[in-house]
Amino acid sequence: MASALINVPKKAKRGEIIEIKTLMSHIMETGFRHTASGQLVPRDIITSFTCRYNGVEVFRADLFPAIAANPFITFFTVAKESGKFDFEWIGDNGFADAASATITVE
Amino acid sequence: MKSAGTIAVAVLLIAAGIAASPLLATEIPPTERRSGYAFMSADTKAMQDDDTANPGLLWALDGEALWKRKAGAAGKACADCHNDARESMKGVAARYPALDKALGRPVNLEQRVNLCRSRHQEATPFAYESRELLALAAFVAEQSRGAAIAPDATPELQPFVAKGRDFFMRRQGQLNLGCTNCHDDNWDKHLAGSAVTQALPTGYPIYRLEWQSLGSLQRRLRNCITGTRAQNYDYGAPELVELELYLMSRARGMPIETPAVRP
Repeated sequence: MASALINVPKKAKRGEIIEIKTLMSHIMETGFRHTASGQLVPRDIITSFTCRYNGVEVFRADLFPAIAANPFITFFTVAKESGKFDFEWIGDNGFADAASATITVE
Repeated sequence: MKSAGTIAVAVLLIAAGIAASPLLATEIPPTERRSGYAFMSADTKAMQDDDTANPGLLWALDGEALWKRKAGAAGKACADCHNDARESMKGVAARYPALDKALGRPVNLEQRVNLCRSRHQEATPFAYESRELLALAAFVAEQSRGAAIAPDATPELQPFVAKGRDFFMRRQGQLNLGCTNCHDDNWDKHLAGSAVTQALPTGYPIYRLEWQSLGSLQRRLRNCITGTRAQNYDYGAPELVELELYLMSRARGMPIETPAVRP
């Protein structure tokens, strides 16, 4: 099943500030809700997100229970060289997902 | 005496029928119709417009995967009969619910997917509101994005549209409200801070922020029915399909937005 939607510009000029958008499919169950019978629904969230640009970490975020389902994370970085962005999401219950996107810098 | 009374009642009923058949004064004139999109904040609009920010696209992508996956005893995928959905499903959602000749009644898009599963794939139908069913419905409806809503004009369908319209107009529940009391008469006002809107289902299944998930039109209808404190209908109930049919006839000519985002 599809899990992530990534938007990285295909091309950029060297030194240009580019916007990166990521959308990850996840229920982000807070751990504060109860079922109709009063049982606590266990927490199930993404806890960390990282983005590496040609192996160098350029963005990291810790996620918490107040963040909505299907977290949309967007940030900026400077286009320095052609290469690859690697995205990684890690969460409760062994959740781990990854995606990547390439960019050509002229 | 008795027969005269019966005739008088019959005449009254006919008169009422004639009076009710043209557009009611309360129905929204075509030029004033606005999609739910028009009532949203700039942020929510931006979320719908950007295909990498719109979470509904996650379901549509799942639907694309399911479209190609073989299922059931027949070992067939949707794509084995319908080929490329981008071609074959274009504009299909714009004319649903549609008449199913074998059943002799209208079925909505979700029911059509499940009928295909049971008749042609020989697979078990998906549960209503399951991720799989929403995904396939979103994927199929996405192929009609931008297409004008064009309800099926089949004469056999018209009695069902009329029934749906009756439902829309009829007061019910402990609050004694009909759909029309909010969505025709008060669409320009707010209810507990939220826009009331015009009951024009242009973008279903929708990603509703309140749900934190994609949901079908019937889920939305059931929400509203609960809100009027009326007895609810089960998913897939003929009453809800008839209501869907009428709502789509209200939205005739408006573009499909699936998967839309709503607050």
